[in-house]
Amino acid sequence: MIPTSFKYKRAGSIQEALTMMDEDSKILAGGHSLIPAMKLRLNQPEKLIDISKISAIKFIRQDGDNIVIGAGSTHYDIAHSDIVKNGNPMLSQGADMIGDRQVRNAGTLGGSLAHADPAADWPAMMIASNAIIKTQTARGTREIRAADFFTGFYETALHEQEIITEIHIPKLKANERSIYLKFPQPASRFAIVGCAVIASVSEGAISDARIAFNGVSEYAFRDTAVEQALERVLASEENITEAANRAAENMTILSDPFASEKYRKHLAKVYLKRALKEISK
Amino acid sequence: MQGLYTTPKINVDVNGVFTHTNAVDAYRGAGRPEATYLLERMVDLAALEMDMDPAALRLKNFIPSFNGVEEEGYQTQVALQYDSGNYEPVLKRALEMVGYEDFRAKQAAQNNGKLLGIGFSTYIEACGIAPSAVVGALGARAGLYESAQVRVQPTGKVSVFTGAHSHGQGHETTFAQVVADKLGIPLEDVDIVHGDSDSVAFGMGTYGSRSLAVGGSAIVKSIEKVLEKGAKIAAHKLECAVDDLDYTEGKWQVKGTDKSVAFGDVSLTAYVPHDYPEGLEPGLDFSSFYDPTNFTYPFGAHVAIVEIDKETGKVELKRFIAVDDVGNVINPMVVDGQIHGGLAQGIGQALHEVADFDENGQLINGSYMDYTMPRADDFPSFEIDRTVTPCPHNPLGVKGAGEAGCIGATPAVVNAVIDALWKNGMKVKDIKMPMTSERVWTAMQEHS
Repeated sequence: MIPTSFKYKRAGSIQEALTMMDEDSKILAGGHSLIPAMKLRLNQPEKLIDISKISAIKFIRQDGDNIVIGAGSTHYDIAHSDIVKNGNPMLSQGADMIGDRQVRNAGTLGGSLAHADPAADWPAMMIASNAIIKTQTARGTREIRAADFFTGFYETALHEQEIITEIHIPKLKANERSIYLKFPQPASRFAIVGCAVIASVSEGAISDARIAFNGVSEYAFRDTAVEQALERVLASEENITEAANRAAENMTILSDPFASEKYRKHLAKVYLKRALKEISK
Repeated sequence: MQGLYTTPKINVDVNGVFTHTNAVDAYRGAGRPEATYLLERMVDLAALEMDMDPAALRLKNFIPSFNGVEEEGYQTQVALQYDSGNYEPVLKRALEMVGYEDFRAKQAAQNNGKLLGIGFSTYIEACGIAPSAVVGALGARAGLYESAQVRVQPTGKVSVFTGAHSHGQGHETTFAQVVADKLGIPLEDVDIVHGDSDSVAFGMGTYGSRSLAVGGSAIVKSIEKVLEKGAKIAAHKLECAVDDLDYTEGKWQVKGTDKSVAFGDVSLTAYVPHDYPEGLEPGLDFSSFYDPTNFTYPFGAHVAIVEIDKETGKVELKRFIAVDDVGNVINPMVVDGQIHGGLAQGIGQALHEVADFDENGQLINGSYMDYTMPRADDFPSFEIDRTVTPCPHNPLGVKGAGEAGCIGATPAVVNAVIDALWKNGMKVKDIKMPMTSERVWTAMQEHS
């Protein structure tokens, strides 16, 4: 329960944080993933660079057809933002399902994405939303598509000494709807299965569905096979069930004492079916 | 093992098992939850097998009421003798609170993708441990009395030194109420001292729901000694015989007159004995030890109503009704608190909590990220009530309330899950605790 000793530095700006970073440092944002990992000594950084006081990355604004969220915004900020609620309701619903009140008040969107816990809630929502993750390094800025961002078990496309600064999320189009449903692990309340769906529904038919899961596999992923199975089909119980039964095909399915591989895959199907039914109501 | 039922013969086989997993010690209820689980699961299963109503089966087999005063205690087939009991009313009250007849109709009509189930547990437990001779015969290497010193200060304020320890059970409140009530003095004039072995006489502690039944009784014994000596001082001051005095509302009064002397005056006189009964020691300070003559036997009826998600196996506790009889109640709010906490723990065992070991004996859920400690949002509002059947053999008539919740609750929840499955055509006899969503789902898969 006691971390190894480490140095602590507080950065006043992203620029300053980047100059402070080296191979043995870690960025501290809300601290709700990193600190527990350090207490268990799963993570033993020599230096923490605290970016939680940088106000320049705490904002939520609208920019044309995009919602732009500063990486330092907390889950609470996002859950209670009208811009988010109106632009893509799934994100505010999903933010409100994260952890508990304490976690939501301190944990940040940028921190959660960079940590890339396979069972965290944000990754599937970001992938389904077609989010663009903007980062900064000493050399300049970069844009990474959410679908390319999560590359493995706690692994991301981030390079060393690269910090997430903001996330651009397209607002839903006129006939698009979004939903995030999760089956929580009862102790941690992380997702055993989290399922994010955005789709257009018109005249009873589903089109342009974007479906992503977290909790199911080693990293959050977009389920294109199901998306294709749903393209321009009537949103009937039968069609939805048939498509949902293809959930997480060909993926490595996680297994733990709360959900075996078989049960987890079953839950992925059930939750996708429920999300699709809800969205096509 | 006999529970509340008139069981003519009982045969018990007990297997001891050595394991290399974590050492465990007495857990709330220690022994009674295990016995109750076994018995109450069997009774519900018997009802299902016989296609009989589980409440009716219980009512048919309850031991008839006995108060332990005019009627003798009930001799069980397994050595223990119950002190007093009146079992029908707790279950009948619980059924009334449930709205049982309507419930069965609602259960049959349910059609929302969730399976509705009801489970019963009518438990009895042994508290107020315990007669030292009995536990000695069973191999315990300690006596199970309790001590209490009641020191009346010259000001009339009272300090009580108790061997029972309070770590959240509310003894400071409950014990002070007993003293204030018996002496007719304000509650704030009573100071309960516990836990400091420099100042407290030898005590046996807080466990087995014994603090009030045994520790409280020791306090009552010391108070009786205080009143007996106080009466001698009062009689001297009032120039009358001890027998002419009544003690009411904090003063000794000469019967049939308005002549009286207050508890505080007598206390001061005991420490400033200028005008004092001849041969009587100064001071007003007594210690007592109380060794109970029997265990106490609280009982109750717990009812759980659950809904199971057909597709995921997730169990949601919809209602929990508990009607307990813990004998006389000194502080209803403290007892309610004990019951609530116990229920949370008992339900937690049924649905959530487990120490999970891998095949090498390594604990794999050693933090609250993986150990499902039940939380407030896992529960509905508990619906609780009480009946009162006083204990006949201790001076307060109390039986103990600290563990009742987690003794009765566990089998009620498991029975409710089994009932939900059975009533929907899945004749599942048992699901291992904790009944996680996957375990319930797997059982449904195997039986449908």
